[in-house]
Amino acid sequence: MLSFDDVVARYEPVIGLETHVELGTQTKMFCGCPTVFGAEPNTQVCPVCLGLPGSLPVTNKAAIEATVRIGLALNCSIASWCRFARKNYFYPDMPKNFQISQYDEPLCSDGYLDVEVDGELFRIGIERVHLEEDTGKSLHVGGATGRIHGATESLVDFNRAGIPLVEIVTKPVPGIGARAPEVAKAYVAELRDVIRTLGVSDVKMEQGSMRCDVNTSLNKLGETWGTRTETKNVNSLRSVERSVRSEMIRQGNILENGGHIIQETRHFHEDTGESTSGRSKETATDYRYFPEPDLVPLAPDATWVKELKAALPELPRVHRARLTAEWGLSALDMQSILNAGAVELIEQTVAQGASPEAARKWWLGELSRHANERGIELGDSGVTPSQVAQLQKLVDEGKLTDKLARQVLEGVLAGEGDPAEVMAARGIEVVSDTGALTVAVDEAIAANPDIAEKIRGGNQAAAGVLIGAVMKTTRGQADAKTVRELVLSRLSN
Amino acid sequence: MESLADRTAHELSGMLAAGEVSAVELTKDALGVIERTNKALNSFLTVSDVQAMSAAKAVDEARARGEKLGPMAGIPVAVKDVLVTKGVTTTAGSRILEGFVPPYDATAVQRLRQAGAIIVGKTNMDEFAMGSSNENSGFGAVHHPWDLSRVPGGSSGGSAAAVAAGQAVAALGTDTGGSIRLPAAFCGLVAIKPTYGRVSRYGLIAFASSLDQVGPMTRDVTDAATLLEAISGHDPADATSLEDPADFTTGLDRGIKGLRVGIVKELFTEGMEPEVAAAVRRGIDQLVSLGAQVEECSLPSFKYALAAYHVIAPAEASSNLARFDGVRYGLRSPDARDVTEMMMRSREEGFGDEVKRRIMVGTYALSAGYYDAYYDKAQRVRTVVIRELEAAYENFDVLVGPTAPCVAFKLGDRVNDPVAMYLADIATIPMSLAGIPAITVPIGLADGLPVGLQIFGPHFSEAQILRAAFALEQSAGFDSRPRRDFAHSAAPQAKPGQP
Repeated sequence: MLSFDDVVARYEPVIGLETHVELGTQTKMFCGCPTVFGAEPNTQVCPVCLGLPGSLPVTNKAAIEATVRIGLALNCSIASWCRFARKNYFYPDMPKNFQISQYDEPLCSDGYLDVEVDGELFRIGIERVHLEEDTGKSLHVGGATGRIHGATESLVDFNRAGIPLVEIVTKPVPGIGARAPEVAKAYVAELRDVIRTLGVSDVKMEQGSMRCDVNTSLNKLGETWGTRTETKNVNSLRSVERSVRSEMIRQGNILENGGHIIQETRHFHEDTGESTSGRSKETATDYRYFPEPDLVPLAPDATWVKELKAALPELPRVHRARLTAEWGLSALDMQSILNAGAVELIEQTVAQGASPEAARKWWLGELSRHANERGIELGDSGVTPSQVAQLQKLVDEGKLTDKLARQVLEGVLAGEGDPAEVMAARGIEVVSDTGALTVAVDEAIAANPDIAEKIRGGNQAAAGVLIGAVMKTTRGQADAKTVRELVLSRLSN
Repeated sequence: MESLADRTAHELSGMLAAGEVSAVELTKDALGVIERTNKALNSFLTVSDVQAMSAAKAVDEARARGEKLGPMAGIPVAVKDVLVTKGVTTTAGSRILEGFVPPYDATAVQRLRQAGAIIVGKTNMDEFAMGSSNENSGFGAVHHPWDLSRVPGGSSGGSAAAVAAGQAVAALGTDTGGSIRLPAAFCGLVAIKPTYGRVSRYGLIAFASSLDQVGPMTRDVTDAATLLEAISGHDPADATSLEDPADFTTGLDRGIKGLRVGIVKELFTEGMEPEVAAAVRRGIDQLVSLGAQVEECSLPSFKYALAAYHVIAPAEASSNLARFDGVRYGLRSPDARDVTEMMMRSREEGFGDEVKRRIMVGTYALSAGYYDAYYDKAQRVRTVVIRELEAAYENFDVLVGPTAPCVAFKLGDRVNDPVAMYLADIATIPMSLAGIPAITVPIGLADGLPVGLQIFGPHFSEAQILRAAFALEQSAGFDSRPRRDFAHSAAPQAKPGQP
């Protein structure tokens, strides 16, 4: 059994990614139905998105605009004239049994996206960006697994049918060797950040508003590219990396044993990190693409495209470079912030008044640890940048010690409210009343006469023991600096 | 028995306005004729008697309140069953949609209602508008009102028979390759296929999206112009809908002195019935005597139009008809073990032979490896047809030819020979491919059956071809009064109704 390292020592991977992004338009791609996630099944439907006889599609201009903006952000050429095409295949959750998509005339083509992995820059070529409609969702009931096998009934929810979907396809990415899994992940993360910056989608992989298919092939060093597989159902950034890694290992072992890679679709399983074979491409559907006759061609006006380009926001890479300078960070510091998915969180925390160092400390420290332990995204911990800023303010004002602040943060993470509320509810506060502290200090001195003597003798380092004792009796609520001052002043000659 | 619905819409509109007749009386008459004759003709699949009577009552009440009503208000109209009607069964002539009740109205239907027209029912048709004789209906053939042993033409055969028999004053049909013009010619009616995009296709159950158009079928040119005006106009729900304003009735009687008319020689095909050709020639002579400058011209690409059409239309149909799978509506085969089998069996049981044939042809034409040889080549032919027509319109205002190479043929004559059936559309297909407007007007008889002359112009030239048709109609003097003398006809497949 070859390990990952063995595989990359003998084989060269080529990867390619197809990413689907559900646009956050108010209405669907070809009708006026709303696009709210999680509504009751079949409540956001009309004759058009149900494919009722006689209904016709009408293009959503906001979706075209969003797609052109994505294309521009990915350095693509925007077609001056292109058409939608019908992709024909039968599937029960596809209302018309064809999907309106684009075929040989995509709206955007031939661009690139630069991504960084550990300070190294990779330029990922973008083959095309096109627009299509999403399908409905099938639910299989009565079986044990929720899958179609063993189910007694299948239900279809068409709320998602017709939601605008942008497909972003990379060119094949060769020459990245052992970095392939990380580059794949970095690409998807960067793409997600670009799209989020554009404000055209909420790009939530766990809700399916961003979905990834990963193509992988291996070839012997110096030889022509191998047969590729397409892994679907890759629904988190972590899975992107894992799926490339596991597919490289799987293919490497097959090749090493003299086998052949079958061109097929594979399904990734989040729980095991492995994929299983789906349908073989050898019996692939012939989609019988032809230009959609119900729609007129798209001809984006050159001036309009120019205006959209000029109005693009600062894109993540440029933005990060600016923040790195503003926050006085090294490139490596920024990389670790980026890896943690904390750029935006830290930025918002700084905007709420915290210093960049403090904000970074919280998000990369306590909060990252918390997120990792639970296997969730950093932004999904339930703590807002505003709460982190509030917490830091309390520390800066001397109302909390670092240690107490961590206790308060626990409360915030547990959903007990804002830091001030947690402090009140849990009775956490810095004891700065010198009267109360003096009593505690005197008790500590009385209990440790040897130590007291040492301090009187000029050994200030010995004060730590007494400070520790005071902290213990005050259950950590005293300000260590104040306690130290008190100890020294009581024992000064 | 005399019926008010035997008159033209413009005549009745005057009578309604003058209070000589009410919409309720008129609708009752039309419904009465339907009741007496539908068994023999099989022209209606659904009769909306209750809704029609209440709509008629509403029109009479509006008139009594002094509301200003348009020329179609109170006029009984039949609607081809390929246009969806809210709350009224719509089948497109197919068993796969038996019992399907749409939740919305087609835009053309909605506009009819807004104009105050009374929709008396939904008319029989070739399944999914695929056919030239109406024998491909999933609900039985329609019979020709002049001779029950003959076909009324198709695919809008029910609409044609309804108007020709006085079951309705006018009707909506749809035309993909001749489906309103051919039955209108066979039944002695006027019908116009508008410029592609003139009438919204929203709610028209698609056969071939790039060709389908809704149009009026009437007993004279004035009614055709009036009804077309009522249903035309931009519709935001149809991306291919045009913005061009519609005024077809003004100046209809202006005459055709100096009109440059080209006779397209390719439309007089080899297999054409000589008597039909002679009748059409007589019609053209009348154009000359009306002051038109008539010359012969040639559009060689017309020879390839039929073949190109029978690639493009089935290709689009194969995709358009994919949605009929038993999942959401229509027929669902009950015995399937899984969803794939359910879809396959529902389609197997629900579609008729001609529909299956066209789905297979269309699927083949779009398949990988055949696309270029068939679909792409057919689209190139289509482009050539358009170019040749554009060139011809440099020299001519309108072009003319026969609407069909034959008169209404006998039921059963062509059902076993698809190509012979397809040839009935040979003279109507080029205009569909080019998306230009074309009108058929009855010009005389051949073998005692009506013959239509076809006039077609450039895009948006409806007003012009209507004017030419109007002039010709005046001089031809064709008697388009409804016929219900079924007793004199041999009707082997149908029981004659009451005379």
